[in-house]
Amino acid sequence: MRSSSMKPKAKLSCSDVWKLYGADSETFLKNRASPGGEDLERAGLVGAVRNVSLDISEGEIFVIMGLSGSGKSTLVRCLSRLIEPTGGEVLFDGVDLLRASERELIEIRRHKMGMVFQHFALLPHLSVLQNVMFPLTVQAVGKVEAEEKARDVVELVGLKGREGNFPRELSGGQQQRVGIARSLVTEPDLWFLDEPFSALDPLIRREMQDEFLSLQARLHKTIVFITHDFDEAVRLADRIAIMKDGEVIQIATPEVLVMNPATDYVAEFTRHIPRSKVLTVAGLMKPELKGKGVPVAASDRISNVAKHIIASDEPLPVADETGRIIGSVDRVTVAGTLFESGKTQ
Amino acid sequence: MKTRGERQTLFVWMLIIATIIIGYYGRDLAKLLDARWLIKFPSAWVIRFNVEISAAMKWLVEDAAIGPISFTDVTRGIAWLIEQPYQLSLALLADGFIVGQGAEAVPVLPAISWIVVTTAVIALGQYCRDWGLAALVGACFLYLAVFGQWDSAMVTLASVIIAVPIGAGGGLLLGIWAYRHPVGERILSPILDLMQTIPIFAYLVPILFMFGFGPVSALVATIIYATPPMVRITTLALKSVDPEILDFGRMVGTTRRQLTWRVLVPSSSQTLMVGVNQVIMLTLNMVIIASMIGAGGLGFDVLAALRRLDIGAGFEAGIAIVVLAIAVDRLSQAFAERIGHIDRPVTGSWVSRHKRTTLVGVLLLLTWVLGQFSPLLLKYPESQTITTGVFWNDTVKYLNVNYFDALEALKIFFLTWFLLPIKKVMLGIPWPLAIVLLSLLGWRAGGWKLALLCLGLSGLIAVSGLWAKAMVTVYLCGASVILATVIGIPLGVLAALNRHAGTAINLFIDTLQTLPSFVYLIPVVMLFRVGDFTAMIAIVLYALAPAVRYAAHGVRSVSKDLIEAGQVSGCTRWQLLRHIRLPMALPQILLGLNQTIMLALSMLVITALVGTRDLGQEVYIALTKADTGRGLVAGLAIAFIAIIADRLLKAGARNARIRFGLES
Repeated sequence: MRSSSMKPKAKLSCSDVWKLYGADSETFLKNRASPGGEDLERAGLVGAVRNVSLDISEGEIFVIMGLSGSGKSTLVRCLSRLIEPTGGEVLFDGVDLLRASERELIEIRRHKMGMVFQHFALLPHLSVLQNVMFPLTVQAVGKVEAEEKARDVVELVGLKGREGNFPRELSGGQQQRVGIARSLVTEPDLWFLDEPFSALDPLIRREMQDEFLSLQARLHKTIVFITHDFDEAVRLADRIAIMKDGEVIQIATPEVLVMNPATDYVAEFTRHIPRSKVLTVAGLMKPELKGKGVPVAASDRISNVAKHIIASDEPLPVADETGRIIGSVDRVTVAGTLFESGKTQ
Repeated sequence: MKTRGERQTLFVWMLIIATIIIGYYGRDLAKLLDARWLIKFPSAWVIRFNVEISAAMKWLVEDAAIGPISFTDVTRGIAWLIEQPYQLSLALLADGFIVGQGAEAVPVLPAISWIVVTTAVIALGQYCRDWGLAALVGACFLYLAVFGQWDSAMVTLASVIIAVPIGAGGGLLLGIWAYRHPVGERILSPILDLMQTIPIFAYLVPILFMFGFGPVSALVATIIYATPPMVRITTLALKSVDPEILDFGRMVGTTRRQLTWRVLVPSSSQTLMVGVNQVIMLTLNMVIIASMIGAGGLGFDVLAALRRLDIGAGFEAGIAIVVLAIAVDRLSQAFAERIGHIDRPVTGSWVSRHKRTTLVGVLLLLTWVLGQFSPLLLKYPESQTITTGVFWNDTVKYLNVNYFDALEALKIFFLTWFLLPIKKVMLGIPWPLAIVLLSLLGWRAGGWKLALLCLGLSGLIAVSGLWAKAMVTVYLCGASVILATVIGIPLGVLAALNRHAGTAINLFIDTLQTLPSFVYLIPVVMLFRVGDFTAMIAIVLYALAPAVRYAAHGVRSVSKDLIEAGQVSGCTRWQLLRHIRLPMALPQILLGLNQTIMLALSMLVITALVGTRDLGQEVYIALTKADTGRGLVAGLAIAFIAIIADRLLKAGARNARIRFGLES
């Protein structure tokens, strides 16, 4: 679902979040409302996260995309308060995380947050099942109950039969499945994934992305997903935030990013992305209701229906979610999109 | 036109040569100028720290108290706490359980039979790795029984069993504290630095004074000696836990305690076991030294034999220590590896899951019950022991009768052309010049802070009236370090460049390092009798390992790109070594030199046993007289020398690293 079509309430929102490294960064930030890059340099500070404000809606896959050193990892750690932000506000379900006491924070993390790590972060001395049970063990959940829940999620991620193995006996993809299972065992509302597939081989990565999407289709978590791979971002995201030098440059749906990049930097990323993979039928649709044949859905991506449209001599009708015909799309437009993208590939 | 750096190097070299010349003729010069104070620190200026420290210690032990609790109560409490488990382990392994005192003593339960102990270590070996290890440790313990060292070895083992858990556990807790609280690190880090540079003898005397002569004192000294590396390794291990694991732990909502004990400690357990292994080795290293303040067992046997120059008996007991050390070392290493490889749980009854434990338990009961009828089951029969003492004595006699001239010639050659000239220079350098030079060096290497440190510490040595003895120390250490470096660095380079040589050299060094330091002394004393030359050889053997290790590591870790760049430019193998490998390895080599000096200094009191006249001897005398002040001052003087050398070399190594762009 595109967040633009309706307005669900924000699950996690942050405003004016800063993370500065260096001496007396807090006083520095208090004295200046919004210092620029030069101000920071003069004060000898490093701005890992600079003035970031985001609203992440319930049930949304929100991808934070940036190259290494752009501050995306620091930002997600500020959102989960693994790192103490220098300034700003982080609201989770309306609770200010930065004001939460240690006890409250532990409770929130135990029950409402889950996190998956780039290098899996599995405990080497525990078996698959024990690793998955670990978050429950920490909460002193009864052994029988914990084991039952753990077995369920292990099965959910397709590792049934591997419960007794140790992390070092598994492949990278399998290890990350354990990481995913472990982060889901407490049934969190908010799911952080910090470059979960970056350490995997390309083929495995694609497979894991597909499974991630089908998992999400079942679970409907609110997801904050970090990646440095724009293709991955486009494939998975409802909305993408692009970061550079600690700042968020643009927050938009993949479609808007590709069609209307805010800066040259964003345009540089999107240039290599085939338009057909990002654009939806709605984006190319003409308002005339003249199409014939089986209608295509407005929310479909062009690449998924292109074959179908090109094969038809006549324009095809376009239907919205309710099945109402709202316009038509013809093969000339589609072919244009396909070839334009082929040129830059 | 020379660059600034070249000119400075030239200046330093000229200064060194000038100093050597002044030192060599120092005595004559002083006579000529009629200024004996130049080479002998005037006794009128000496501040008698030792008297004051002795008085302070006396006050501490006799009068100091906070409210109703006196200092002695505290030491007695600690002693009692350590004594209880020690008595238990001693009874189990060596003495048996006895009720009543003196003539009315009734043995209740004999000590664990040699058969059971040997079976237990074999089972442990098999559990930790395989039958090969089991055979090795089994052979080691059988050796102890067959060669008549069993009783002493068990007394030693009893103290190891107590010292290691306290040292490792205490080290772990302190390390965790330093990791979790910045304050902890700020407090512990300088103490650890100091502990690493202070030779253990410096605190032997105060411990003796506080806890009295006996096994508890020995245990306290051992624990103090063996704990610091564990603290360091713990902090290091916890710091090197993958930050993602740390984040993970916090994200699942662990409390601080859970984070430490369920996430951090288990995931760094393998590194932590390296620390435990270190504690074990250091504990065994202390066995002989600890016997100076009351530990019994093998260490005492060696010490006693050494004192009456009974080479055979000393060698036998020394080998027994080595054998024990090898067994314990290999077992603990295998155990460390084992921790990383957890097996799937085996199902079945308790007995079938714990076959080895059951076997040992049954054997223990059997020997205890049947031992009433057949003492063979409890104690290895004395008539069946083999003694090698006579053989060693005869060997030494044979060598001395037949090769006396050759050995003597070697000794005299080294004395005349190597040791004595260095000694003359060291004793001849006017002390004001030495202090100034040291400060200058400190300033060059690390700025005014280091200069002040050098000035202060060397000044203190002079003022304490120990200048001459300190110089003898520097001479003995210096000569040994030079020799160790000359031998060690080429060996290290060879080990790095040639795989076959590397294997052989590593084996040699590993063996040297497993041997407790005292053991080196025995064969050397056999051949060369007492004196400086003997001391030097023992020190060189002891201090060789780091020189080799660091050189090999340095040469090996030179980046491949640089080597290839050299090869492409057409360097010969020799040029590669000379222009690329050695210069790039220099920082590592300097650190190795640093370690070599530290080890050499820590050997000093041991060599005092063979009649050197340096600070080590001063400590040794203080030890026999229980003169706290004297022992502490001499010990601190050694520590000061160590600190000066350590800081200068570390600064030098850092400068080299900065020059090569390896550090900013």
